[in-house]
Amino acid sequence: MSEVREVARKLLTDGTVRVIVGWEDARRGARPVFVTDPADTERLIFDTRCVHNLVTYLNPRRDNVAELGKIGLVVKGCDAKAVAGLLREAQLTRDDVVLIGVRCGGVLEEAELPKAASLSPENVAPRCYGCDNREPELVDHLLGESQPEPPRPVMTIDERVAALDAQPLEERWAFWTEQFSKCVRCYACRQVCPLCVCERCVAEKSRPQWIEAPPHPRGNLSWNITRALHLAGRCVDCGECERFCPVGIPLSLVNRKLQHIVAERYGYTVSDDPESPAPIGDYRLDDKQEFIK
Amino acid sequence: MSDAVDTSGAAADGFEPRITAFVCNWCTYTGADLAGTSRLHMASNVRIIRLPCTGRIDPLFIVKSFERGADGVIVSGCHPADCHYTSGNYHARRRFAVFHDLMEFVGVDPRRMTFSWVSASEGAKWRDVVDEAVANVRALGPFEAYRALAPEDAGVAAPAGARVEAEAS
Repeated sequence: MSEVREVARKLLTDGTVRVIVGWEDARRGARPVFVTDPADTERLIFDTRCVHNLVTYLNPRRDNVAELGKIGLVVKGCDAKAVAGLLREAQLTRDDVVLIGVRCGGVLEEAELPKAASLSPENVAPRCYGCDNREPELVDHLLGESQPEPPRPVMTIDERVAALDAQPLEERWAFWTEQFSKCVRCYACRQVCPLCVCERCVAEKSRPQWIEAPPHPRGNLSWNITRALHLAGRCVDCGECERFCPVGIPLSLVNRKLQHIVAERYGYTVSDDPESPAPIGDYRLDDKQEFIK
Repeated sequence: MSDAVDTSGAAADGFEPRITAFVCNWCTYTGADLAGTSRLHMASNVRIIRLPCTGRIDPLFIVKSFERGADGVIVSGCHPADCHYTSGNYHARRRFAVFHDLMEFVGVDPRRMTFSWVSASEGAKWRDVVDEAVANVRALGPFEAYRALAPEDAGVAAPAGARVEAEAS
């Protein structure tokens, strides 16, 4: 995509940024790339395989990336929400990053394809359906042409959440304990998450040990509940945790459920406006409290 | 294996729910104290853990309670607008609302988790909250589903005392 390359080259040449983080076409498909030489900006691409949320490189846990110098980052709408999340929580200074936004018509579920494919109900990432931020506003440059809406996937995430909600408690318990029992506690979900920003995760605390470390169903449940809760009202639905999960736990269902909860209770939707306060850490005097006696 | 009397309450007929209550120092703890000094009769299944504020109560406390064999939990603090620290209970309210809904989604019966506001003068309300929570959990039975998640070597449904023993040996 020539526009991205042009802007990237200009930013590198005039010294505005020291490194551009974007996507390139590699042997196995699209992958993240760090470009420091203006000549290398030719490698940059943006197509439907660019599923990765590169904002994870701005996470303060990755201070080795910040050491490279000022970053120019290519972002989709969902990624821009993650940048807003970091700004909202004072984990990032707006001046430390130049955001190159791309208009997005949805991405594939799979990045490792030799060629970009057009989207269909079978191959589209389900989270893209109904996206409300395909043209991010937070960015410094908004590039590309206006894109059509992503197709409706065979089964939407909302439909899957609703199907679970319709089941009796015991069935849900059986479903989730089975899913979580697969967890090997590799913490890939946490490592890839742009918004898991704690320097020391509660899962690693041993005195006292709040979350049991061995991957047995009880500790796994505790970890997965904690991971989900810590992202309540913060998760931008970029889907990276689920994509990275080596055992295929449907984390997007938990994440989506939490989005529903904060939307229903507090009328809150995660946006790329860093000024809007996150729902947890904020309150109203008249918050719903029907569950409290 | 010792022949020690089983205090886990897992016996078929004599199930006694074990309930952990996380309460704030300023309202509910004082209210519970009042219930005691007023000699109010109430179920004796609740173990109270006093914390400075409901805002200090991490949802992980509840998860940990279930892990350690609780059949139910109570979280209670100052009424809205009464928080000793001005807004701790408002923050807690949001956190526990989300937690409550998430646990329900995961399949935990919400009747195992009681949330309430009990002020320092509401000894009678504390009694009602406790009695209702105990009655709810008694009706639901022991939280075997959670205990079944325990790793095999940890002993299923081991009472808290036995667990410490096992770790010490």
